[in-house]
Amino acid sequence: MKSSERILTHAIRIAGSSSILFVLLIFVFLVREGLPALGEVSLSDLFSTRWYPIEDLYGILPLISGSLVVTLSSILFALPLGVGTAIYIGEIAPQKVKEILKPAVEIMAGIPSVVLGFIGIQALSPFLRVFLNLPTGLTALSGSILLALIAIPSIVSIAEDALYAVPGSYRDAAYALGATQWQTIWGVVLPAARSGLLTAVMLGVGRSLGETMAVMMVTGNASTLFAGLDSLIMPVRTMTATIASEMGEVASGSVHYHVLFFIGILLFIFSLIINVSSSSFQVKSKQEKGQVTS
Amino acid sequence: MIPEMQVRKSPLALSRQNQQKLGFMGIRLISLLTILPILGIVVYIASRGLAAINWEFLTAMPRDGMRAGGILPAIVGTFYLMIGTALFSIPLGIAAGIYLAEYASDNLWTRGIRIAIISLGGVPSVVYGLFGLGLFVLFFKFGISILSASLTLSIMTLPVIISTCEEALRSVPYSFRVVGISLGGTQWQTIRRVILPQALPGIVTGIILGLERAVGETAPILFTGATFFLPHLPSSPMDATMALPYHIYVISTQVPGMPAGIQYGTVLVLLAFVLGMNLIASLIRSRARARRQW
Repeated sequence: MKSSERILTHAIRIAGSSSILFVLLIFVFLVREGLPALGEVSLSDLFSTRWYPIEDLYGILPLISGSLVVTLSSILFALPLGVGTAIYIGEIAPQKVKEILKPAVEIMAGIPSVVLGFIGIQALSPFLRVFLNLPTGLTALSGSILLALIAIPSIVSIAEDALYAVPGSYRDAAYALGATQWQTIWGVVLPAARSGLLTAVMLGVGRSLGETMAVMMVTGNASTLFAGLDSLIMPVRTMTATIASEMGEVASGSVHYHVLFFIGILLFIFSLIINVSSSSFQVKSKQEKGQVTS
Repeated sequence: MIPEMQVRKSPLALSRQNQQKLGFMGIRLISLLTILPILGIVVYIASRGLAAINWEFLTAMPRDGMRAGGILPAIVGTFYLMIGTALFSIPLGIAAGIYLAEYASDNLWTRGIRIAIISLGGVPSVVYGLFGLGLFVLFFKFGISILSASLTLSIMTLPVIISTCEEALRSVPYSFRVVGISLGGTQWQTIRRVILPQALPGIVTGIILGLERAVGETAPILFTGATFFLPHLPSSPMDATMALPYHIYVISTQVPGMPAGIQYGTVLVLLAFVLGMNLIASLIRSRARARRQW
């Protein structure tokens, strides 16, 4: 082997491991800037219910509650729409319709979140305000509808993969027993694909939880705790929106700055748990299927 | 017809055929509900934004507190950020993809790399922003600059490029490698002369899709490189820059009395940018599929 080639091979090996380095760097720098918050704000103050940095009140519970409300309600929209569309594309649609639907879903995935936020301000919020007769259209509901649009493309593509991975022999067996196509989809294909579908939903949750711009632009950004279903039609403030809207104005090294980084640590850990656990579902489901078919 | 005989029918029960009709109708309706908003949004923005777009809008500096004139600095800034992101993420992403597809053995370290890539893919965009602020802006003292923003966006883009690159390389049949080695080529020569050219369309598609995401992102550049307004174009990588997504955020939430034409025009330019890249990527992909001989 030439020496230049040896150097190149080494470089490729190092580049291959760079992802590990970057994950560690992200974690180290979040902790470096965010952990001092624990020394400056007591835990009971940090996990209290009032976020009002001007008066040194750094209770992050309303922000966590805001993120959860918006994310979970968005999944209520995105799950049926996303899985339903995946069933249509994967099982029912004629080839020609498929060729239109798939690029349309790709376009959907490509639309920047700031563009959806803009549409939210221009069209969705005014519509909701009039339609539901609200004082303002900037509500948790507006945010969750936009988030659903953002989560749907990833749910569709992963759910479609999950349906595709169900062996054809399962379907043949169902048809041979006299089941209709609908009974086969509902009673055989969907249950067989359940772990893949779960992955799809979890990744959708991950995308919604981490989404920033669209949410910040349409949710009104008032930090409130969840208090029943009415909270859905009131302004709300998420963890991501808090970081994005306040980080620009704080002095680096201040308490406020450290607390914003601390919220970043929480977001990082949540997303890590969601993504790593959902990817291990996928691996497990592959192994299970292998055992069934062999 | 055994399953039917076992079912005790209530008077309201549908026949299996009608159940299927109803189910399919529901699924079709769901797919329609998923697709219509997106097509609606694209058409709506195009119809309202097209009127604002003319030569001056694309090539002039903003005037009157951005309420008149053009959006040249935002277009140029987005272009710079894309080039900067490409410079860092393409070589690193391809090298890491080659490592995973051609060199890595299935051991603990490789599994660690895969988990790291999944984690990077799931990190919320605003957390990338915090990380970029902590590492590039403050620790390396690059300041709020094109350099800091490009580096931040590169790391965000990396997982997309690595995964698509690995997938493209893996889809090249094993026999190509055997032939390369048996003709006396070293492993690197085989990769460089045989495998890479075959995988090139897939790799290019992945790169475009990764950059497309970077171009549309706002949150990672909020505190690392984007600025509200620049009276001149950025002249070095150490300058802050305007960018289309951040500009859309600014003119739709921060500037009162913004003419709607400029807002929709700016959104249309970003959308055309992003969807144009999407279109190029799918053209390359479908052409490569049509030509492929294996």
